[in-house]
Formats: sequence, C-alpha cells, structure tokens
Amino acid sequence: MSVTPAVVFDVTDLTKVYRMGEVEIHALRRVSLRFHEGHFAVLLGPSGSGKSTLLNILGGLDVPTSGRVLYRTDDLTAAGEAALTAFRRRHVGFVFQFYNLIPSLTARENVSLVTEISDAPMDPDDALDMVGLRPRRHHFPAQLSGGEQQRVAIARAIAKRPAVLLCDEPTGALDISTGVVVLEALARVNAGLGTTTIVITHNSAISEMADRVVRLADGQVAGVEERTDKRAPRELSW
Amino acid sequence: MTISALNRKLLRDLLTMRGQALAIAVVVAAGVSMFVMYLSNFDSLRSTQQAFYQQQRFGDVFASVKRAPASLERRLRGIPGVAALETRVVATVTLDVPGLEEPASGQLISIPAGRRPEVNDLFLRRGRWVDPARPDEVVAGEGFVDANGLELGDQVGAVINGRLRDLTIVGVALSPEHIYNIRPGEIFPDDRLYGPFWMDRRALAAAFDMEGGFNDVALRLTPGASSGAAIAALDRLLEPYGALGAIPRALQLSHWTLESELTQLQNFGFILPLIFLGVAAFILNVALTRALALQRPQIAALKALGYDNLALGWHYAKWALAIALAGTAAGVVAGVWMGVAIIDIYNQFFRFPVLLFEIRPAIVVQAAGLTLVSAAAGAFTAVRRAVAVPPAEAMRPEAPASYARSAVETRAVSRYLGITGRMVVRNIGRRPMRAAASVVGIAFATAILLVGFTFIDVIDHLITLQFSFAERQDVTVSFVEPQSSDVRYALSRLPGVLISEPQRTVAARLRAGHRFRTVGITGTSTDATLRRIIDMDGTVIPLPSNGLVLSRPLAEVLGVSGGDLVTVEVLEGARPVLQLPVAGLVDDAMGLSAYMEVGTLHRLMREGEVISGAALRVDARAEADLSSTLKQLPAVAGAGFKEAALRNFRDVLAANLNLSIIVNVFFAGIIAFGVVYNAARVSLSERSRELASLRVLGFTRAEISLILLGEIAALTALALPAGTLLGWGMGVWIAEALDSEVYRFPFMLSRPTVAWTFLTVIAATVLSALAVRRRLDRLDLVAVLKIRE
Ligand SMILES: Nc1ncnc2c1ncn2[C@@H]1O[C@H](COP(=O)(O)OP(=O)(O)OP(=O)(O)O)[C@@H](O)[C@H]1O
Ligand SMILES: [Mg+2]
Repeated sequence: MSVTPAVVFDVTDLTKVYRMGEVEIHALRRVSLRFHEGHFAVLLGPSGSGKSTLLNILGGLDVPTSGRVLYRTDDLTAAGEAALTAFRRRHVGFVFQFYNLIPSLTARENVSLVTEISDAPMDPDDALDMVGLRPRRHHFPAQLSGGEQQRVAIARAIAKRPAVLLCDEPTGALDISTGVVVLEALARVNAGLGTTTIVITHNSAISEMADRVVRLADGQVAGVEERTDKRAPRELSW
Repeated sequence: MTISALNRKLLRDLLTMRGQALAIAVVVAAGVSMFVMYLSNFDSLRSTQQAFYQQQRFGDVFASVKRAPASLERRLRGIPGVAALETRVVATVTLDVPGLEEPASGQLISIPAGRRPEVNDLFLRRGRWVDPARPDEVVAGEGFVDANGLELGDQVGAVINGRLRDLTIVGVALSPEHIYNIRPGEIFPDDRLYGPFWMDRRALAAAFDMEGGFNDVALRLTPGASSGAAIAALDRLLEPYGALGAIPRALQLSHWTLESELTQLQNFGFILPLIFLGVAAFILNVALTRALALQRPQIAALKALGYDNLALGWHYAKWALAIALAGTAAGVVAGVWMGVAIIDIYNQFFRFPVLLFEIRPAIVVQAAGLTLVSAAAGAFTAVRRAVAVPPAEAMRPEAPASYARSAVETRAVSRYLGITGRMVVRNIGRRPMRAAASVVGIAFATAILLVGFTFIDVIDHLITLQFSFAERQDVTVSFVEPQSSDVRYALSRLPGVLISEPQRTVAARLRAGHRFRTVGITGTSTDATLRRIIDMDGTVIPLPSNGLVLSRPLAEVLGVSGGDLVTVEVLEGARPVLQLPVAGLVDDAMGLSAYMEVGTLHRLMREGEVISGAALRVDARAEADLSSTLKQLPAVAGAGFKEAALRNFRDVLAANLNLSIIVNVFFAGIIAFGVVYNAARVSLSERSRELASLRVLGFTRAEISLILLGEIAALTALALPAGTLLGWGMGVWIAEALDSEVYRFPFMLSRPTVAWTFLTVIAATVLSALAVRRRLDRLDLVAVLKIRE
C-alpha cells in the first residue's frame, strides 16, 4: 500500500444545473472527487441525489454547467462533441440500468457492435465467456432473461478492454442471485483487466465489495469511505 | 467478407419492417417505372423519327395548289433557301377494297419515274417500285395493306375521274409524310379506311388531267433558312394558280400529331413520376421519422458506445437509400416491360421502318438519381432528428409521453366518446403534425385515384360528346369537288337515307396580325340537327347569322377573342379575302375548327348553294346497301360510317387508353395501400407496449384493435375530402398540361367517380387495417413488455 495508484478522474467543483423554464434544478453542487486506477468504486445516495448525472458527465455523455473533469491529463469539460465521442469510443465501457441492447442483434452481434470500432478489442466470444454467456451468443435479447441481458451488456462494455467501466444500477432490475452473477462479472473484469470501475447502486450491501464508497446527497458529496476489506460478491449480505 | 454489426442491424431492421419497406419501395417503383416508360418511349420515338426524317429527306414546307404549270418549278427552285424540291400530283379517291364493306379512300401521290423523290422519299418495305410502262401499278402504304390483309399483287378498285380502275399493288412502302395516317376531317385514325398510294407521275397526271402541271409541292430548306420567308415566297408564286396556302412542317398533319404525342410523353414523363416520387419521399419521411423515434434509446446507446453522428447518420440514411434502390431496380424492370408494351401500341398508330423500345443508360441513371435524391430528402429530417438524440438519454428510462385533453374533447363529447374513443382522440391530438402527415398521405392516394378514374370518365365523355351530341349523323359523305345543290336530292334518294344535311367546307387561311392558321371553315345551317357545334359540356352553341365561331385554342393561336376581326383568305373559288368578326368561341374538345352560317358563307363566296359534303341519318338495315352504292359514285371522295368509327375507336384507341389509365389506377391503389399500411404499422409498433399493457389489464383484442384501427378510420375520414380537393387541383393541372391543339380534356368530377374513389381508398384502408389487425392478434405480450427497445 505504498504506491498510490494514478488518478483516473479528477473532478473539481462540478456543478450541473437543469433549467426547466423558471425552475432550476441543481443536480450537482460543486462536487470534487478523485477516482484511482484499478479501483472499484461504488456511488451511493438517495434517488435524485445526482448519481446518474455525475456518471454521465464522467463518461462524456453529458457536459457540466461548470467545474472541471480531468480524465488523466485530458480536460473533458473543454472537449467538444467529437472529442467526447472519441473518448467514449476509446476508453469507456457503459453498462446501463435498462441494458439498452439493440433488439435486432444477437448477443454476440451486440458485442461486435463495440469490438468493430475499438483498437484492441477482445474476441466477442471471449467477452461473453467472461459473463458466462458464450452458449447463448446466438440468441436475441428478447430470448434472454433480464439478468442475461444485463450480462450481455457487461460483455459489450468490457469487450473493448476499456480503461474505465461505468455502470448505472446494473443490478437494479435483478433479483439477488442474478445480481450476484452480474456483480461477479464486474469484479472479475476489475480484478482481471485492472479496469477502473464505478458502479451506481441503491443497495448499500454492494459497497462491501468496493475499494471506495462515495455517498451523494442532494447533489453534494456526503462522504467518502476507503475500504480495505473487500468482499467477494457471493459473500455479500443483502 | 463479414458484414459489420451495424449493417446487420440495418438488414434486420429492414426485414422487420419489410411490409412497410416494401410498400414504400413499390411506390418508388411505380414512379420510376413511369419515368422510365414515358421518357424512354419519348427517346425511342424521337430518335426513330429523326433518323427516318433524315434518311427519307422529309420536307420542311408543303403547299397545295389547284393546278400549276410544270414550268413554274424552275422559279420555285429559285426561292432563297430551297435545298430540294419536288412537285407532285396528289388526288384523293374512293376505293373499293376486296373484303371491306365500307368505301375506303386513298390519297394518290405521284412519284417521279427513273429516280427517287428529292423530298419525302419512300422507304420500300417489300415488293418493287412501279413500272412507268404500267399505269395501274401502285406502291401502297404499309398500314393500309396490313390492316386490310392485302398482299403484293392484290388489286383495289379506285374511282378515278369517274371510272372504276383496278390498281395493282406491286410494293409496300412507308413515308415520313404518313407516319400517322388520318383521313382529313376524321378524329380517329382507321388504317383500314384510309391510306396513301404512290403512282407513277405520268399515269397519275393523265388520270386527273394534270399533264404538264402539278398540284402539290414539298420542299426542303437549307440549314438556317427561314420557313416563314419560303412560305411567303411560295404563296406569292402559287397565288395565280389557286394556292391553298403553304404550311411549315410543324403544321403537317402527321408531324403535328406525332409532335403532340411526344410533348405529352415528355410532360407525363415528368409530372407523374414527380407526384409518385414526392409521395414516396413523403411516406418514407413519415415511416422513417416514426421508426427512428422508436429507436431513440438504441441511438443513444450507440452514441454512448462511441458511434459518432456521421456513422449513425449514414446508418439511417442507408435505410432510406436501400429502399429507394430496391424501388428503382424494380421500377426500371417494370418500366422497360411497360415501355415495350406501349411501343407495340405506338407501332399500331405510327408507321416507322423500325420502332423499337430503347432505353438510354442516362435515363436509368436519372431515375436512380431522382429517387435517391427524393429518398434522401425524405430521410433528411428524420435522420437529423435521430442523430440529435443526446447520448445521456440511454441512461434514463423513457419519459412517459405527455398527453392532454384536446380542445374538441369537451365534457359532453367525452361522455359520448367512451374510453376507446377518448384514446383515439387524444392520440391524434397528441401529435397533430403526425396525424396531419398521415392525412396528407392518404389524401394524395385519394387524389391520384380520383384523377385516374376521372380520366376514364373524360374519355367516355368525349366519345359521347362526339358521337351522340356533336355528330349525330350515321354517315358522313365528302365530295371530290363541291357539288351543286341538286346532289342533295340525289343523296336523299340513296338507299336507307332518312335525313340528309348539306355541308359546305371551305379551305381558308385565318390571319390576325402576323399569326395565321389554315383551316376548313365549316358552313352549317342554324337548324342543323345532325352536325352541331358543341362545347365540352355538351351545350349546343347557337350559330350567329354573321361572323365566325372559333374553337378556343384556334382563337388562342390567333390571339383573338370575341368581337375581334379576323382576316379570312379563302383558298378556293374566287379566293375572296374577307374581314370577319369573331362572333363566338366554342370550348370544344378536339382539333381546331371554324364555323359559320352556311348561307352567309355562300354569299361571301359568291356561289350558289354548293355543297362539299353531307351528313346522313340512315336506316341501319340499309347501311350495307348504301355503302356499296357510295363506293361506286365518282363524285364521292369518302364516306365515314359512325358505327365503324366507333367500333374502331373502342377496339383500338379506347382499349389502349384504358390500359394506361388502368395502370395509373393500379399505381394509385398501391399508394393508398402503402400510405395507410405504413401509418397503421407505425402506430402499432409505436404503441405496442401500451396496447400490450392494456391487454394485460384485461382489454380484449377487439377493444385494443378498436383503439388502433379507430385512429386509422378517423384519419381516413379526414383524408377523403382533403384528397378530393387535392385531386381536383391535380386533375386541372394535368388536363392543362395535356391541353393541345389535337385534344383538350375537360376535367370534371362526377359523383359516382368520387364515390368509387372513396370506396377504393376505404377498401385499401380496410385491407391494410386487416393486415395490421393480424399482427395485433399475434402481439406477444411477454416479449413486448420485457424489452425496452
Ligand atoms: N434531463 C433532466 N432535466 C431536468 N432535470 C433532470 C434531468 N435529469 C436529471 N434531472 C434532475 O436532476 C436530479 C439528479 O438526477 P439524477 O438522475 O442524477 O439522480 P439519481 O441520483 O441518478 O437518481 P436515481 O437514483 O433515482 O436514478 C434529479 O432531481 C432529477 O430530477
Ligand atoms: Mg439514476
């Protein structure tokens, strides 16, 4: 524990304001945070606290109203749309709460969608192997259960060997045992590939498998907890 | 080669939407096939015509004269700009054709001995040229020979100078002057009853007392020479010999008809495809916009995964282009197929050595370009909206669509509507622009159908007008030379004749300022009951006792209106030059006509009650008898039997016209089905979640069908009146585009036609609703609810 890992995301005074006519909604209020390489971070917080907003900005899906986000040395807040697209394409894997698979493509093809546009991707089958779905690779999303769809989404996210993996409530729609399978897949990627992983969840039990737990409340950082006794997903008590 | 995942998605999306994609592609194909058919036919006709004109040295200026001495020819050749000239003897005779009941007539044209004509050379199809030593040999026009089943060596009887002579056909030929053959004064061509014959100059001159003279001139001009100046010079030189007025090529009957057909082909070749491709672009836009709206979450996810705007824009543009290309390919094939069929029809009316269907690659390229542009235009807004989707949207659940009570939905109406009715109304009200788009699409289909059906009506109307109102006689007789009024009594004593109405037609050149036209002025009596002046609505136009009644287009050609004076240079008899007022205009449907009261005409001509023809009402049982009698009468140049003309018209022309109209109506039906089916399918896919949820809540299939199909029904109900208006505008526009000196089409809507149109659109709606209903019944509740698309 002597060498501090490199900083992947350096967030300073991040503010996001949604304007809906006369009303202003402060989704994020001057948030400052750091995320380190190879860490598994969990974002906790009540509904509406700004978790998704933060994650979206980190992933280059959205831009803040003010403040700064550095990805290693690149300033994401100064990047244009094309640069953000390139950033996502090269470095980021997303896992969405609602899977967002392309219904007209099979599991394998959904993964190929990403491998085709990345520089040094895995074989799509290997990616599916990592989530235990290789045997189902020719099935369409409609032929898979919710958890299986989520695992395909994870395979799709990791297939390009991204530097960071961002997951917005990956287990939100899943039961415990399926949730565990999904989390195991994430943990394996985090450990095996050294992918920096940030996971949003409502389930504080999940924080037990994290290196770091960030709590948000009302758009502000309510607490950061460094953890040393990481547990395996299987050992979590829900 | 592996297909990229994105392209695979494209293929599967297209496959899922195959019904819709097919419907759009078929509309595109319809437009393309018309484009290819009309413009290729135009090209084929045009290039064949030009090659034929060139090869046979078709004349630039034509003139007829009563009788000019052969010595004049030298002076005619001296007219500046004349490159080649041929003087001829031309005569019209009555023919007795073996196996033909009615008398036919032939135009005998002289050909020089020992050399080919300098102007209007013949294309000898088979047989040989006439032998100058055998005066009864003729070369006959191919149309006439084919229509009557004649062979080389067959004979036809001709009444020449009062004597029946048998002419032997030794050759069959085509001429650039007779590509289109119609007996002067007739409306529809009939190859059996009229055709050209070429005879040795000396033999023909001897038969008509034209030795040492001629009565017809055709000449070619040097490039760049003005035909106006040549006509003026020609008229001046021929004047003393009874000139009937020289005309430029543009007014030569065969050329004039061919040109008007070509113009129509060109107009149609643009207007119709324009309408169809416009509609295709429009439904493509609607279908694509809605399909892409459904794909919003997918688009957002793809963007989150790192696909850029260009890649996504191109991905969805390909969607449209693939449909357009498929439509183009099918359209070109169909267009060639129809083009070949239509060229076959042209070969019945236009006589060329070879008229083959040819398609220039440029036309295919243009068609493809046009559809790709319209598809791109149709796709543009949809794709632009799609790529504007922010990628963060992928991370959010879909926002529930916002609904509101619409303005029409007052409390009283609500109670009356019930829950399904309310859903229908709110759904239309939620996206008024979308609803409007569907209404416009269905309205277009309605309009095209309406126009197609109406033109069937119009043709029928023209036939009725012509044969039941304007020309009520059974037989029309014309004389070689004007006859004294005694003939009237002779005519009324012919077998079966019940009423005989005299007719006086005088060739004249009408002039107003520098504009002129050579026409026949028809003298009729105010109490005529058989041949009357009828406008397009069938109204009888009363004949003023003084002045002329002109066809509207003739007045337009001359630039005159009612009350204006026209200079009338009579080209017969004492050749008086008169100033006559335009006493009335008649909005008639065919040709360029001028009428005046027959008594006035006689007075102006300073002649007695001479007649140049007669209209007869005949006892049907005696028609055969009458026709064989007429054949023998030397004074008779021709006799037209209404029955035969009608039969001919219905057999040939009407059948062909109807063919092209049926094709148009078929295509319009495709549009109707395409639009409605698309609208219904899009609503279905858009709302399958909602409808599935309703099913889960316990709604029956019938109830949810009602929600979806009720919407289609409501939109169709709105579209029908809108389409009627649109169709009316479109019809008037097309009728105007078709307006020519040969034909005018009155565009009028009749109640049965509107009713048929509505029924057809409703049938197309019901069909597509049934197709959608089938899908609705198979709606997989579990699958629909499981997937967040
Ligand atoms: N597009 C938007 N327009 C307006 N307000 C928004 C928008 N997106 C988010 N918000 C608001 O910003 C705040 C933070 O939203 P965010 O989605 O980040 O919350 P969250 O912590 O992810 O909540 P949850 O756990 O429910 O997903 C909320 O109050 C939300 O209503
Ligand atoms: Mg959230």
